[in-house]
Amino acid sequence: MLTPVTAPRRETLSDSHGAVAEHNPNLRHHFDTMEQQFDSATLGMWVFLLTEIMFFGGMFCAYMIYRSMYPAAFASTSAHMNPKWGAINTAVLIVSSLSMALAVRAARLGQQKALQILLLITIFFGLAFLGVKAVEYHEHWVDNKVPLIAGHWDYSNTEHEPNQAQYARQAQILFCFYFFMTGFHAVHMIVGVGLMLTIFAMARKGKFDAHYFTPVEISGLYWHFVDIVWIFLFPLLYLIGRTKELI
Amino acid sequence: MHQVPSVRTYVLVWLTLTIMTIVTYYVSKIEMGEWNIVVALLIAFFKMMLVVLIFMNVKAESPLTKLFAAAGFFWLILLLGQVAIDYISRTWMPEGKMW
Amino acid sequence: MSTALIEPRTVETPNYLNAEYGWKSWLFTKDHKRIAILYIISITVMFFLGGVFAGLIRFELLTPQGDLVNSDTYNKFFTMHGVIMVFFFLIPSIPATLGNFFVPMMIGAKDLAFPRINLLSWYIYVVGALFALTAVVMGGVDTGWTFYTPFSSTFSNTFVITAACGVFISGFSSILTGLNFIVTVHKMRAPGMTWGRLPLFVWANYATSLIQVLGTPVVAITLALVGLERAFHIGIFDPAIGGDPILFQHMFWFYSHPAVYIMILPGMGVISELVACFSRKAVFGYSFVAASSIGIAVIGFLVWGHHMFVTGMSMYASLYFSLLSMLVAVPSAIKVFNWTATLYRSSISYATPMLYAFGFIGLFTIGGLTGLFLATLATDVHLTDTYFVVAHFHYVMVGGMVMAYMGGMHFWWPKMTGKMYPEGWAKFSALLVFVGFNLTFFPQFAAGYLGQPRRYHAYAPEFQVYNVLSTAGATVLAVGYIIPFIYFMWSLKYGEPAGDNPYKATGLEWKTSSPPPTYNFETPPIVTEEAYAYAGHGAKEGDVV
Repeated sequence: MLTPVTAPRRETLSDSHGAVAEHNPNLRHHFDTMEQQFDSATLGMWVFLLTEIMFFGGMFCAYMIYRSMYPAAFASTSAHMNPKWGAINTAVLIVSSLSMALAVRAARLGQQKALQILLLITIFFGLAFLGVKAVEYHEHWVDNKVPLIAGHWDYSNTEHEPNQAQYARQAQILFCFYFFMTGFHAVHMIVGVGLMLTIFAMARKGKFDAHYFTPVEISGLYWHFVDIVWIFLFPLLYLIGRTKELI
Repeated sequence: MHQVPSVRTYVLVWLTLTIMTIVTYYVSKIEMGEWNIVVALLIAFFKMMLVVLIFMNVKAESPLTKLFAAAGFFWLILLLGQVAIDYISRTWMPEGKMW
Repeated sequence: MSTALIEPRTVETPNYLNAEYGWKSWLFTKDHKRIAILYIISITVMFFLGGVFAGLIRFELLTPQGDLVNSDTYNKFFTMHGVIMVFFFLIPSIPATLGNFFVPMMIGAKDLAFPRINLLSWYIYVVGALFALTAVVMGGVDTGWTFYTPFSSTFSNTFVITAACGVFISGFSSILTGLNFIVTVHKMRAPGMTWGRLPLFVWANYATSLIQVLGTPVVAITLALVGLERAFHIGIFDPAIGGDPILFQHMFWFYSHPAVYIMILPGMGVISELVACFSRKAVFGYSFVAASSIGIAVIGFLVWGHHMFVTGMSMYASLYFSLLSMLVAVPSAIKVFNWTATLYRSSISYATPMLYAFGFIGLFTIGGLTGLFLATLATDVHLTDTYFVVAHFHYVMVGGMVMAYMGGMHFWWPKMTGKMYPEGWAKFSALLVFVGFNLTFFPQFAAGYLGQPRRYHAYAPEFQVYNVLSTAGATVLAVGYIIPFIYFMWSLKYGEPAGDNPYKATGLEWKTSSPPPTYNFETPPIVTEEAYAYAGHGAKEGDVV
């Protein structure tokens, strides 16, 4: 198969690892241009997000099968979830995505102060999310809805629906998925907050400008992805059987 | 390096996402039988598209990035769909009959 | 670029091996070539450990009675053999070694896109391997490498969580390698190196990387759920509490079937390189071979149910998976036909790498064809869980992939080390491997077809003759693997200095010194010719003859 010779797609440095004019100090030696480095980093983050989609996807798959097997039991669990907290957390994450997107925008435009403030706002909302989750987990603990720990699982309170105890085993599966999925998600949030703190520290030291903001960009992609996972978790875990709620 | 979307665009998307969250919350109280889950997932899907296209800027990205973003979603469907083929079709055959 | 006669350079010229000395320069390296060497050492250790377990299996199966060990211990033998060979040898093998070393060089780059992530992936592999070794030393695992529930999640008394941790962790090593290759091939190609000029070895590793990235996370989460179930007694997969063991199998095989394509595609890439070089001819139907790599990667995700035909999966799903399993054989067959067409009317030389390539083509074909028996629903009911399956997958994995790995190691050894291995011993070992392999595994087709089940430490006496032949073959095969290990080590000190291009192969990696310099290319290459510009079909004046 013959293809016509095409012109080089980009300029190469004539000396592979010597100093040449226009050598951004952030350019790693194995790359030829800043653009190549930026494109590689963003593609790399997208490929990593693909792996995360499949990682969470495995849990979504198992959840989907069990929900289809035990619809009534799963629906009965929503009486023990707090959809208000869930909705608030969803709104919190969406705001943090806004501040993150604006932060990336500020970085592209070289607006140092705006970048730092928006990163702080993002971190604040991320911590707020984790705080709400801690409150929720505590409520489940007090309510004896934690299947992982012996002595803290009890599905026999029939306050909201008669015959609920018969669903206990199957509801336990839902609660397992609740803790696994929100737990893995929370771990990703903690990593995300850590990332943002690191990016904030780098921004404070003036590491970013309009020519180099790659870490901000790829951290932003990660943050938005974690938001998207929650966008799906919220209806699937919190809003299952709400039509039957007495509240 | 790329076109930078305006602050207005981002705020509009944020508003839309927040409104859709409120809609999800209240629609879940309306009895629609099996359609409840469909509606919930559809709304979530639209929210995801907004985040991907605007917040993650995929709308302005290269075809390669768009391909990878789409591939991720497609592969998830491959997992969910093919597993579902088994569970959905297990009850198709009536008791005791070969075909 | 024409190749003038170049005098072999001595090892004193600056290269990646003598650029720096000391353990820190190796353990903290960012050079993809050094990382490849670190991987070669690690996976060789794991290969011989997995081989020890294979020897124990074959030793027990010399006699029909279970007289060497009891069944629980035997379960541990085949589990550890499988876990080590699959997750710690075959999955990383060619990509992390030859791929790491040569993909950047073949595309004209100075390194992979993310050198530090490359080193990280080796460290993650080592940690995972240590978990697996811990499981072995503490007493082993007996669930089979497939970790089927509810035995693995509820009833087994062995170190399942430790072993599952090892597999989980090494999965991330695989993911990071794949991620690195994908970005590298997209973004780091030298000017003029278009997709249509990439060596087929690069195409193969790219397709493999897609599978690694898309499939591995699912087995990671599946094993994590098994571990959580074991630790907290929950009941995700335990039918007594409402769980579904078939769901485990779906999620496990969603990765583990594409995993077998991770375990063969890079080998196919090596064979393309070897066939072209040792027949002095461009690979026939380049675009079809390249496209078939992608085809195998994609269709490989649509067939996993053929491992589950007898589990109670719905008949309609079985029909779906059976049909698609027939389809996935097509791109593999395309490759075999194209290699054969390359050989036709070409100028073949029988150097050691080529002997391994011939072995691959024949043995992989047998392995692939026997897969069709297993893809067919009716025959699979009879053959599944027998030694027929064992023979089938060893033909593709060992007769295929390990032969390709040996062929690739022999082909590129002079480039990596600057030394030649002794050709006479190498040819003899290749012959031993071929004879030993067939003697080991061909009788297993017969034994399985006649009814000998797999994973049993005892069997009916009428199968003994096949098992004795098989064990004898395994001994020969072991010798065939040990001898190259010895002469490769010997060659490091006493081997003939290899020139830059002892086989007069095309490809950018052969245009550097042997061993190559740390930054691969003194000046970044500009590519103007197609891949495999050998004299013969399609070559131009000035091409390598």
